[in-house]
Amino acid sequence: MLTIKNLRASVEGKEILKGINLEINSGEVHAIMGPNGSGKSTLANVLAGKSDYEILGGEVTFMGQDLLALSPEDRSRSGLFLSFQYPVEIPGVPMVNFIKASVNEHRKFKGLDPLTAGEFLKLMRAKKEMLHLDSELTNRSVNEGFSGGEKKKNEIFQMAMLEPKLAILDETDSGLDIDALRIVAEGVNALKTPETATIVVTHYQRLLDYIVPDFVHILYHGRIVKTGGKELALELEERGYDWIKNGND
Amino acid sequence: MNSTPEKITQTDCLISLFEKNKEILNQGSSPLLNQVREVSVNRFAQTGIPEKKNEDYKYTNMSPAFEKNYTQELVRESGLINLNEVFKNNIPELDAHLVFLVNGWFYSGNNPSAGLPAGVVLGSLEQIANERPDLLANYNAQSGLSSDPFAALNGAFAKDGFFLFLPKALVVEKPIQIINLLSSDHDLMVTQRNLVIAESGSQVKLVVCDHTLNSASFLFNSVTEVFVGEDASVDVYTIQNHHNQSTIINSSFYWLERNSSLVTGAISLHGGLIRNNEKVTFRGDHANANVNGIAFTDKKQHVDNFILVEHNTPNCQSNQIYKSILDDESTGAFSGRIHVARNAQQTIAFQRNNNVLLSDKAKMQTKPQLIIDADDVKCSHGATVGQIDEEALFFLRARGIGEKNARMMLMNAFTREVVQKITIESLRNRLDELIEKRLTGELSRFYDLQ
Repeated sequence: MLTIKNLRASVEGKEILKGINLEINSGEVHAIMGPNGSGKSTLANVLAGKSDYEILGGEVTFMGQDLLALSPEDRSRSGLFLSFQYPVEIPGVPMVNFIKASVNEHRKFKGLDPLTAGEFLKLMRAKKEMLHLDSELTNRSVNEGFSGGEKKKNEIFQMAMLEPKLAILDETDSGLDIDALRIVAEGVNALKTPETATIVVTHYQRLLDYIVPDFVHILYHGRIVKTGGKELALELEERGYDWIKNGND
Repeated sequence: MNSTPEKITQTDCLISLFEKNKEILNQGSSPLLNQVREVSVNRFAQTGIPEKKNEDYKYTNMSPAFEKNYTQELVRESGLINLNEVFKNNIPELDAHLVFLVNGWFYSGNNPSAGLPAGVVLGSLEQIANERPDLLANYNAQSGLSSDPFAALNGAFAKDGFFLFLPKALVVEKPIQIINLLSSDHDLMVTQRNLVIAESGSQVKLVVCDHTLNSASFLFNSVTEVFVGEDASVDVYTIQNHHNQSTIINSSFYWLERNSSLVTGAISLHGGLIRNNEKVTFRGDHANANVNGIAFTDKKQHVDNFILVEHNTPNCQSNQIYKSILDDESTGAFSGRIHVARNAQQTIAFQRNNNVLLSDKAKMQTKPQLIIDADDVKCSHGATVGQIDEEALFFLRARGIGEKNARMMLMNAFTREVVQKITIESLRNRLDELIEKRLTGELSRFYDLQ
């Protein structure tokens, strides 16, 4: 589904990603862990197409396409979803208008007619029920005045509405209490199918108790320095990041 | 070479035009209008067309607008025009009492009383000042005390405009839509004077639409006086939609009596140079004013909103929200002065000005000003000048919304706060569409075709 070869990227002239190699197939869950500043969020943002980053080299193939040549909107429409670490508040844009525009742009890309108002409301209700989402959230402006937990639940709700092939969850656990964490993780698990894949970017092991990875990669100084199964996350939790740093500095 | 500075020449020209045409100006006009001409022209002569050193016109150079060879229609030009042919209503959905003015003159084809409740007087200022001077006598030309040179210039030349009178406790349910058309095959200066009197307990909503119908240069100098009686409620929404060779000087004076309420919305959709002077004066306690506006500029357009709120009485509240979106090399200015007099205790006065620059060359000057002489008041002001929020833009695009649509959503979100203050639903909905047309360039293309 996603193949990353020797990806290098910089921000404001500083090289952050120094040659990432990663292969992700459908049905898999990959966790990317690493200390602060290792390049985890940069990788997530580069994959989603944020323009603050400069691609220095390498290639990324997503569903057979050159991902780096696509605009952020076309990456989304092709089935890539980034759950933001800090979802932005957009006062004045009602949630309903936003999510409707988003769903219909995805449908248009697939050659489908836009949903009627009735169909859309039905879909929204179904997804909200599935995620046990407070229905009041969709009556407000996008993320405006939402708590940290509400913002993250809202991200998962958008994911449910768009049904991406590849979901990248960037530090989805940050700022969540244990209950919100469980709701978010259950949502992610419920949306998982054999045709989809998930990348969980996280600093801590605790999210991985709920979203169990098939592979764990440790990112350090812009490179993947270690790859293993889910037990690698536990080992990391026990031994700390110094264990990685000592071997790789 | 003429060694006289040009500014003086323009001012002199206007004064001598007045002197030469005094008789024509007085002809057919009510003494109520004629008696203020001399004092007005003298006031205008004192300041002249304001220079940049005039603090109130610091950000707007008015001189170039006066450099053209305008003629003026000092007498009403007879003849009907087929309004349906020349003009497309901006807000066809609005279920309103509709009247037209052409080049400042109340159009003779109007049937203003049709459908209006008995007791309401709507018509030509010139005509009603002649026929019913009793209605105007206590109200007309109070803005003559203003120091603004263009209000003074207006007082010298004004002959007609619209007049609206609401008797006590009368509620006009449907909005009254006033359409100001400018139509000429040569460059034209238009002076229009309007008067609205809402007696105690009455209620009315006005929608004023300004249009240019052809490509001549226009200078539209309009003064509107609005008297809001005790417990009365008046809404005035103005939608300015002129081409790039047009100058609008729109001065509105509002007087608010006890317990009255005012809502304004100045929507500057399109125009070469627009200067809006809005002055709100509280004359009784517990009155309330919401004074709002949005301006859109591109190319070399300029919009200057100059707002003055005079809290002279206690327990009143005023709110101002002005926003603008500026593209290309366009420029804008906002001055908001709130003055709270010593005895105006318990005043609540709030003001905000937010601006978005879409290009590196666009420029906005903003000057909030609070002058507070009372000690028990709640006042605040704030101003921002920024760009489209790139984080929000990326967020929307990362959800599959194309860049153009995403920008549009964000700009609509920015202006929505002001649009939402409008109390006429069909106007709000239509404005959303007009604003989108404006932002996609459709309105400008319409003028390019003319």
